Amino acid sequence: MENRFLNRSIISIADLDREDMEQVLDVAAELKKNPRSDLLKGRVVASCFFEASTRTRLSFETAVQRLGGSLIGFADGGNTSAKKGETLADSIKVISSYTDAVVMRHPQEGAARLAAEFSSVPVINGGDGSNQHPTQTLLDLFSIKECQGTLDNLKVAFVGDLKYGRTVHSLAQALTHFNAEFTFIAPDALAMPDYILQELDEKGIKYSCAESIEEVAHKTDIIYMTRVQKERFDETEFKHIASNYVLTKAALKEAPEHLKVLHPLPRVDEIAVEVDSTPHAYYFEQARNGVYARQALLALILNEAVF
Amino acid sequence: MNKKLQVEAIGTGTVIDHIPAGHGVKVLDRLQVLNSDARITVGFNLPSDELGAKDIIKVEGRQFTEQEANELMLFASSATINVIEDYKVVGKFKMSMPETMTGVLACPNSNCISHNEPVQSQFSLKQGKIDVMMKCHYCEKSFSKNIVTELH
Repeated sequence: MENRFLNRSIISIADLDREDMEQVLDVAAELKKNPRSDLLKGRVVASCFFEASTRTRLSFETAVQRLGGSLIGFADGGNTSAKKGETLADSIKVISSYTDAVVMRHPQEGAARLAAEFSSVPVINGGDGSNQHPTQTLLDLFSIKECQGTLDNLKVAFVGDLKYGRTVHSLAQALTHFNAEFTFIAPDALAMPDYILQELDEKGIKYSCAESIEEVAHKTDIIYMTRVQKERFDETEFKHIASNYVLTKAALKEAPEHLKVLHPLPRVDEIAVEVDSTPHAYYFEQARNGVYARQALLALILNEAVF
Repeated sequence: MNKKLQVEAIGTGTVIDHIPAGHGVKVLDRLQVLNSDARITVGFNLPSDELGAKDIIKVEGRQFTEQEANELMLFASSATINVIEDYKVVGKFKMSMPETMTGVLACPNSNCISHNEPVQSQFSLKQGKIDVMMKCHYCEKSFSKNIVTELH
């Protein structure tokens, strides 16, 4: 197969078309079945986390090591020359001269796009402020395809904070390539932003809003949960609002067997622990899939032929 | 009726006509950023059959490129550009929306990386339902053109 990613930076999910996404998912599935410890042999990857992260950083670093590569980098920006006032452009010029690829997270929007313009090697965006987190979307898509057998024509319900959640925006945008149908369940103050709705309208994607998870569980394939953050509301308001967006076992009573629940994690209390033991819980497998999706990207970017 | 020109004619240069009254100042501001030495004659609130009142700006000795003219479109979308040579109009065009704009306007997102780094701002432009929407190349956020501020 033709490698669509050789030496390519991965900055925004909007840069990927359907065929690109499918290639990453195919390679991720293959690597999950048949691990390869040679694909990054002799390669050095920089893991530059100007902002702290748990899952993203650890899964990227696991992915590099599982493929036989080695790592340099830092886990937060506090001890780097950025603190001394060096521009990101200069930092990346130097770091890219040491390595074969740069994985980065940064607190400012647009940082990864800018880094790619100054880097001599491919850059993978591990999150830039509130903007993009394309590898999260790829692992979400991989998990959906794995548990549903397809990405086409699925009914997906998004629950919780749909206004600020970049994972929700990117996943909704990605699923427009696969003719998905969406239900949005969110407090008014955290509703899906207009610019996303406009995009869905332009692409002819069907969507609706619902008041509760119970209302739609029986006719949904995927429930994508997110956390309603306390700091966005005052305390009494939060207690009142948050309880409507908590997933319990009872809410899934009518759910079809194949319905799966995803969550980008960390979870606080928006999914009751009792849901973990139901056949619908898929969020921990989803987190594990982060390693395979990131392995697939790294392998494709740094090898002419993967299989 | 007295057909005398309301603003003195220029030999060579560019006349930006049919600027909606009141918007001339914005265009002027932008012109001075583009070329601070240009000799500029302005007329504000002149009578206009089409607009009722209009502003007009004449730039002497400098003929605008289409891209430069189009960048002004954001400040006065109905304006027309007349390129003058030897007191005659040798080119006349209505501005159209440019697809991209580089280094003219600052991104309104204060957390956008373009503010602190050695790069020029970049936007792609799209006609929205109500207004022209500008999407930042870096932070990917979209803004109505009215809230994007000029760089100085």
